Amino acid sequence: MSEILETEVSADHGRRLRAPEESTPVLDVDDLVVEHRNRTTGEVFRAVDGVSLRIDAGESVAVVGESGSGKTTLAMAATGLGVRGSGDIQLLGHSLASIGRRQLRELRPEVQVVFQDPHGSLDPRQSVRSGLRELRGLQRERTSWIDDDGLLDRVRLTPDMLDRYPHQLSGGQAQRVCIARALLMRPRLIVADEPTSGLDVSVQADVLKLLQETQASTGAALLMISHDLAVVRSVCDSVHVMFRGKVVESGPCETVFKNPTNEYTRELLDAMPGARWRARR
Amino acid sequence: MSELEIELAPHAGEPLKPAKDRRRRTSRTSVFWLGLPLGVITFLVFVLPLTGLLPDGGQDLTATRLPPAFLDGGTWAHPLGTNKLGQDGLTQLVESGRLTIMIGLVGALVAIGPGTLLGLLAGYCRGWVDKTISILIDAQLALPFILIALAIIANRGSSLPVLFLVLALTGWASCARVTRSATLSIRERQFVLGLRAAGASEARIVFRHVLPNLAGTVVALATLQVGTAILVESALSFLGLGVVPPHSSWGSMLAAGQDELSHSWWIAFFPGLAITVLVLLVNLIGDALLTHNDPRKRRR
Repeated sequence: MSEILETEVSADHGRRLRAPEESTPVLDVDDLVVEHRNRTTGEVFRAVDGVSLRIDAGESVAVVGESGSGKTTLAMAATGLGVRGSGDIQLLGHSLASIGRRQLRELRPEVQVVFQDPHGSLDPRQSVRSGLRELRGLQRERTSWIDDDGLLDRVRLTPDMLDRYPHQLSGGQAQRVCIARALLMRPRLIVADEPTSGLDVSVQADVLKLLQETQASTGAALLMISHDLAVVRSVCDSVHVMFRGKVVESGPCETVFKNPTNEYTRELLDAMPGARWRARR
Repeated sequence: MSELEIELAPHAGEPLKPAKDRRRRTSRTSVFWLGLPLGVITFLVFVLPLTGLLPDGGQDLTATRLPPAFLDGGTWAHPLGTNKLGQDGLTQLVESGRLTIMIGLVGALVAIGPGTLLGLLAGYCRGWVDKTISILIDAQLALPFILIALAIIANRGSSLPVLFLVLALTGWASCARVTRSATLSIRERQFVLGLRAAGASEARIVFRHVLPNLAGTVVALATLQVGTAILVESALSFLGLGVVPPHSSWGSMLAAGQDELSHSWWIAFFPGLAITVLVLLVNLIGDALLTHNDPRKRRR
């Protein structure tokens, strides 16, 4: 069974990547629960409490909420990276609960994550070039579509960045390298976990634009985790508002932001800088 | 003044950040200036016996307990004096140095190797692997080393392989503990998740990414362990449990000199001084390396 699946994946790699079936969602999460157990007291904390989420190809979805509301945990569990939860997670039509380790590894490059701290997501001992070379070695067929210079050009970095080490890059440059690394894999889903929180405002806009371009050019879906509603509004189609592990409101960005039905969403919107001013206008 | 200018123009297309690199260079030079005398000592110990410049090291019962040349009654034929069998102090010091340094190096390797591997395993795998190894570490650290040494040597007699076994047993735990905690922090870094997302295997992550990031710490630990190994050897030899004749090390020379301390202090003094200087240098270099490899300390 596992062999059949694997050969299937490797055989029509290119085609599957370029033309995902329209009907299957990239990510379909149903009633996801993630619990953390405190080892000393034995108390159980529900970080994610019965969340359902669906992302179709090419769609960009945001999850917003305050710190500790379970946004990141949701993303990590939904993509099978580190956190385990109960509930049905379908990633590109494969159920995460039932596929084996090797298949999960085959599936992994389809989901790429851009993290909040760009310096932490690069191995400090690796130059940009050797990092990219390693990725190419890991996924030969998948990454052969572009060379290093072309890739850096796509994220608006000059080729001389290739020989730099992470500590020699500024935050914005490092985040662009991270986006380039994600782009190189031609993922079907990009998870951006607070991608601009560690950057200053002028760089934030660049990085967001770049993420949008990347998404548009590869046709990937985007799952954006953020507490910044302005960012979400400019990038995403639909939004889920999380509060204490639960989704309290979801819908298209415009609807949710214009007519919030939930009390918490309203509070969140009021907390947005310039919200009052915009409302009056 | 110049630092201000540098700070103002970090994005001027210069690939280097001079302010940070200068500080890094300072710690590099301190490693160099500590390494230099260490290198000279090692060089002398290994090369001097080959030159034939050293006095004859054989017994000479007509010239026992001669003081060093700079004291009354000493001769330049025996610059550091002679022992109770009339053997030349300098020759013995140089020749024992070879064994001492060898014990230091091999002793450190046998402790650091398994220590690093177990620490890495415990820190990366977590779960029951971590629990088992942590209990072993704690148990090992709770046992006084002299007790282990005595037990093993009483059982097996004293020889070099037994000495290395003792050194490995007494040294691995502290190294494993440090490596474990360093691994714990590295494995939580986001680049590990990123690599996993790119389809990297766990073995690749551990050996190609976590281990190289530990390398600085391990090198520093190994250096410190060289000092510890030499001290442990000296202590054991002093108790008559380490190096035994016909071999000799600085520790065993010290032991041989203890009966003569009241009238011929130089027999014990020079090996003691040699141990102190060597271990001090090695430890200082280890500390400098630790600082050099810790980005937080470096940046300050």
